[in-house]
Amino acid sequence: MSQRDLIDAVAAVAPLPCDAAGPVFAEPWQAQAFAMVIALHRQGLLTWPEWAQALSQAIKTHGMADDGSGYYEFWLEALEHLAIAKGISTHQRIDDLAAAWARAAEATPHGKPITLDNDPVTGGAIAV
Amino acid sequence: MPGDHHLHHDHDDHSHLTPIEARVKALESILVAKGLVDPAALDVIIDTYETRIGPRNGARVVAKAWADPAYAARLRTDATAAIAELDYSGRQGEHMVAVFNDAATHHLVVCTLCSCYPWAVLGLPPVWYKSAPYRSRAVLDPRGVLAEFGVILPAAVKLRVWDSTAETRYLVIPQRPPRTEGWDEERLADLVTRDSMIGTGLALNPSGIPA
Repeated sequence: MSQRDLIDAVAAVAPLPCDAAGPVFAEPWQAQAFAMVIALHRQGLLTWPEWAQALSQAIKTHGMADDGSGYYEFWLEALEHLAIAKGISTHQRIDDLAAAWARAAEATPHGKPITLDNDPVTGGAIAV
Repeated sequence: MPGDHHLHHDHDDHSHLTPIEARVKALESILVAKGLVDPAALDVIIDTYETRIGPRNGARVVAKAWADPAYAARLRTDATAAIAELDYSGRQGEHMVAVFNDAATHHLVVCTLCSCYPWAVLGLPPVWYKSAPYRSRAVLDPRGVLAEFGVILPAAVKLRVWDSTAETRYLVIPQRPPRTEGWDEERLADLVTRDSMIGTGLALNPSGIPA
């Protein structure tokens, strides 16, 4: 079970926020960031030792608050660094896409799904 | 049913992503566009954790309303404040309204494509709840949708469908199951399912099946 392996892999560097039944998330985006890492692992695109190393690096760079808040900010940063290191994307492209998503959300009426096509600047035509 | 009401509100405001939510979306669109991750696979993983996100205080709110009539009264008049009493702060200034099921009326909540679902109270919505077909069918044929969830309401029970806005989110207070007299709030809370708080289910009865 990949979840158990993941919990073990990051236990030494930064234990996953868990309760007795497993991982818990303060907000939905944290579960989305978590799911991306699980999915990449299932595709054979990253190993757990590699992930533990990336996460540990992100935490070392900034230092984690005593209450463990910010855990998934580091998680996301580690994921970005890995994606860049593996040549999947670049900092600039991630920044540009994040800006496009933010603009698309502002342009999307409440109650409609947010899609990149709604970005008034790029219309969704943007390099990944 | 002629007695069923659909209370529609204008959706004239726009959506919003925080900077970190936008970065998550950016990474996700990169991984999906490059064919490295299948969005359906991501949904399946997230669905596994749908009840493990946010403070999920809804069940405690319902149990307290069942056990404490004064609390139930406060919940009716100002749900936002009554929920905050249990130490779960509302997010983005959202305004909560509690709607109470009784022998005459059953409430069902729709509209969850974006941020209007009160995940801080209920945990994450299930994938089907966010789908456009569910939303439109819940409005057009709420009895049919409920029947698919195994909830068959007597014809005399009026059905009200609530459509959230960016500012107002709804929490359904299901009917207290029979044979739970004298139960404390903690025990009662175990009978409150997420689906019962969006109106697609009933609270469990003491033997653990829908009452």
